Amino acid sequence: MCKKSIKSLLVAVFGVFILFYSNISVAQEHGDAQKDFDVTGTILNHIRDDHSWHLWGHTSLHLPVILKTDKGFEVFSSAGLVGEHHEPVVYQGNYPYKSVEGKIKVVNADGTIDEEASKKVFDISITKNVASMFLTVFLLIVMFLGVARAYRKTGVTSAPKGFQSFIEPIIIFVRDEIAKPYLGHKYAGYMPFLLTVFFFIWINNMLGLVPFFPGAANVSGNIAFTMTLALFTFVIVNVKGNGDYWKHIFWMPGLPVVMKVFLAPIELLGVFIKPISLMIRLFANITAGHILVMSLICLIFIFKSVAASAVAVPFAVFIYAIEFLVAFLQAFIFTMLSALYIGMAIEEHHHGDAH
Amino acid sequence: MVVGSVAAIGAGLAAIGAGIGIGQIGKGAVEGIARQPEAANDIRTNMIIAAALVEAVALFAVVVSLLGNG
Repeated sequence: MCKKSIKSLLVAVFGVFILFYSNISVAQEHGDAQKDFDVTGTILNHIRDDHSWHLWGHTSLHLPVILKTDKGFEVFSSAGLVGEHHEPVVYQGNYPYKSVEGKIKVVNADGTIDEEASKKVFDISITKNVASMFLTVFLLIVMFLGVARAYRKTGVTSAPKGFQSFIEPIIIFVRDEIAKPYLGHKYAGYMPFLLTVFFFIWINNMLGLVPFFPGAANVSGNIAFTMTLALFTFVIVNVKGNGDYWKHIFWMPGLPVVMKVFLAPIELLGVFIKPISLMIRLFANITAGHILVMSLICLIFIFKSVAASAVAVPFAVFIYAIEFLVAFLQAFIFTMLSALYIGMAIEEHHHGDAH
Repeated sequence: MVVGSVAAIGAGLAAIGAGIGIGQIGKGAVEGIARQPEAANDIRTNMIIAAALVEAVALFAVVVSLLGNG
């Protein structure tokens, strides 16, 4: 049974890679045949945010562009930013806009980028990452409202049914392995935050690994996304932090006064470094995974031979399998470290304890 | 070109550091589990925390290399 499912999984993964491969080769033929294959450009093009969502071949989903300029808001479809041959063209709105590497820039009459004017344009578009995030939110709502309704109907004491039996062990895992050990008896109040963060990161990571339409957006490999999540942890830790937490930062008990003065700035820096490390860890892990898979596939084009795929494809499948593990592990680590930091801030110290 | 090479060397050095660090953590954890198999779950959780902390430092370096490259 297990062997059979592994076999079908391998077939599916290989199938996905053939799709991947064919997309790149189409892009390759389209460019100048004499020109060298631009590895960095191809990889960065896949990991960065964009205003259109690639569907298949030459078809893309054009997402709306929403700009806030000094002449007011402006909404138009990103289809206006690409020409007949998929090259970026100038769109005439309040200003002449052009899409440069996925970012909207204001251009001068001669086609050069006007950096000064571009700074005044505030881009709040529904980009590929935002659309992918909406999809994740939709999935979360459908999944959890359905499961919650089932619990309301049958109660928590009867055996779970259907999708409930898939979700329940994961929720129990988050509660027993993450919340309870680090938050103690006050864990219940933080469960909604921990569960949301865990499932949001996990689903986004998994969608990022799907190489075609409903996935393919590198959401959790976007530093703005991870920064927002880390900011939530930062706010919760510092708002919920009790007197003992602040005392341990500014006036560490049980130390000589000289050391207390010396430690305060270091501890204060630690308050900010904790969420920053959360942010960088998730961002770098997911981005590194995407870059790794892409560069292995790009090996075929660097060596310009099909023979290279004999090495590149099995390696890429191997890395992909590891990425599935990493997708879960990073969601777990982010949630666990959030719980750990919150737990450290709300912990009640008993006076007279040795430090 | 030279800038790119130096950044790549930096990323490589960071990978060496993380490799040694995570290797040590894995060694410690496996030894601990071999001595006391009933503590395997606690050891595994702590191993993952420690590995994540070591890895974060290496990833800082990789991000700096990436920025230096671009």
